[in-house]
Amino acid sequence: MYPKDFYYTKDHEWIQVKGDTGVVGVTDFAQSHLGDIVYIELPKIGTKVKYRQILGTIESVKAVADIYSPVSGEVVEVNEELSNTPELINQDPHGKGWIAKIKIADDSELQNLMTASEYEKFIEGQK
Amino acid sequence: MKKTRLNKVHKELGGKMIEFAGYEMPVEYEGIILEHLAVREKAGIFDVSHMGEIIIKGDDALDLIQYLTPNDASRLVIGKAQYSALTTPKGTFVDDLLVYRLDEKEYMLVVNAINSDKDYEWILKNKGKFSAEVRNESDNYTQIALQGPKAQEILQPLTNLDLSEIKYYWFKFGKVAGIDSIVSRTGYTGEDGFEIYTTNHEPEKIWYAITEEGKKYGLKPAGLGARDTLRLEAKMMLYGNDIDETTTVLEADLGWMVKFEKPDFLGKEALLKQKEEGIKRKIVGFEVKEKGIARPHYPVFINGNKVSEVTSGTFAPYLKKSIGLTYLPIEYTEIGTQFEIGIRNHVVKAEVVPTPFYKRKK
Repeated sequence: MYPKDFYYTKDHEWIQVKGDTGVVGVTDFAQSHLGDIVYIELPKIGTKVKYRQILGTIESVKAVADIYSPVSGEVVEVNEELSNTPELINQDPHGKGWIAKIKIADDSELQNLMTASEYEKFIEGQK
Repeated sequence: MKKTRLNKVHKELGGKMIEFAGYEMPVEYEGIILEHLAVREKAGIFDVSHMGEIIIKGDDALDLIQYLTPNDASRLVIGKAQYSALTTPKGTFVDDLLVYRLDEKEYMLVVNAINSDKDYEWILKNKGKFSAEVRNESDNYTQIALQGPKAQEILQPLTNLDLSEIKYYWFKFGKVAGIDSIVSRTGYTGEDGFEIYTTNHEPEKIWYAITEEGKKYGLKPAGLGARDTLRLEAKMMLYGNDIDETTTVLEADLGWMVKFEKPDFLGKEALLKQKEEGIKRKIVGFEVKEKGIARPHYPVFINGNKVSEVTSGTFAPYLKKSIGLTYLPIEYTEIGTQFEIGIRNHVVKAEVVPTPFYKRKK
């Protein structure tokens, strides 16, 4: 369920590191709790974010949730498809539902994050 | 936390359970949008056993109900139901409810779960010299709502009643899946459909019979999430959000239910005075013109001044718009009036629109 090559946050984001860039999204656990997602506020390209700063906001029918950046860095790409089809996050949270790509400023911050097996244990405790 | 008799059924179905009004209830099974659309286009089945049932029986049962409610219960014949309210002397809402005339001198009030104990106490407190027995039967009743354009086709083979004879806001006593029930053509979704009441201890027989028969019609079990989005598209009030003890029946745009010509009732004087002087504010339906959902308690601004809060707001799954309700000063309630809503850290444009937002084709 949770890809082994991703890192995870306690706020239910994931990041997949490719070179100096990280692809960021929210986890299956997060999308399942939010239910049907209907809007997303994406960050602007070029925005500089700090670790755990708000990267964007997701609105489902029943709730609203902020997305926190798993690392510090600069937003270099956003998933524009989500503007018209935010339900991609429900359908494929770890793939087509990715939210933004961030040029990582300090990869030592990745040590703050959980591995897949650590995250699976973490959400087990939240059920 | 209280559980309805259908609690196990919801868990078997994988319903996401939440606490609502002291009950453990399913908020959704497969997803609010899917369930919402099933009800609009096919059919949905809901467990609404959290709703309260208060029985009023006796020689003065009608007179007591006439005193407690603004609508004219004397118009009810046996087998007829009516939307009404329990009103305070100020003309505000203790609750909104349905009044069913079960028998010559017996009525059932169907009230909101969150208010059933309060309502029961309110009725006892105001019973005075009226000769009537008042019983809070809320824990004994299961209520199942079958809603949607396919509701009648699904239910007909399961009952001895001829459903085509039950008109909107009428009911009959009969059997559903062999179980004694009240079958009422009412609902909280804006669709055709039925609400089935039973005191039987195995109400799951009704649930399973309906879901089995409903399979070929695309029926889905639906949770409280879809119930809320469906009722809001149909502009039906939710107690605690849109109406409460601070809002009058006239401000809530439910003046049609107030029958001033009937005998005295709680709140009559205040409502008559408010009608003569004119209301200062009124509930309106709005559409958000930008991205975002206006959720309850978000601030509402006119010309930069906060005038009220959103009472209900959601993404409307059938209309695919962001809609809601709020009270506005009367001079700003005309269709087309523009105003603003604060959505967290920004302000979005909204517009007063005609209601109900959704009206089914007859």
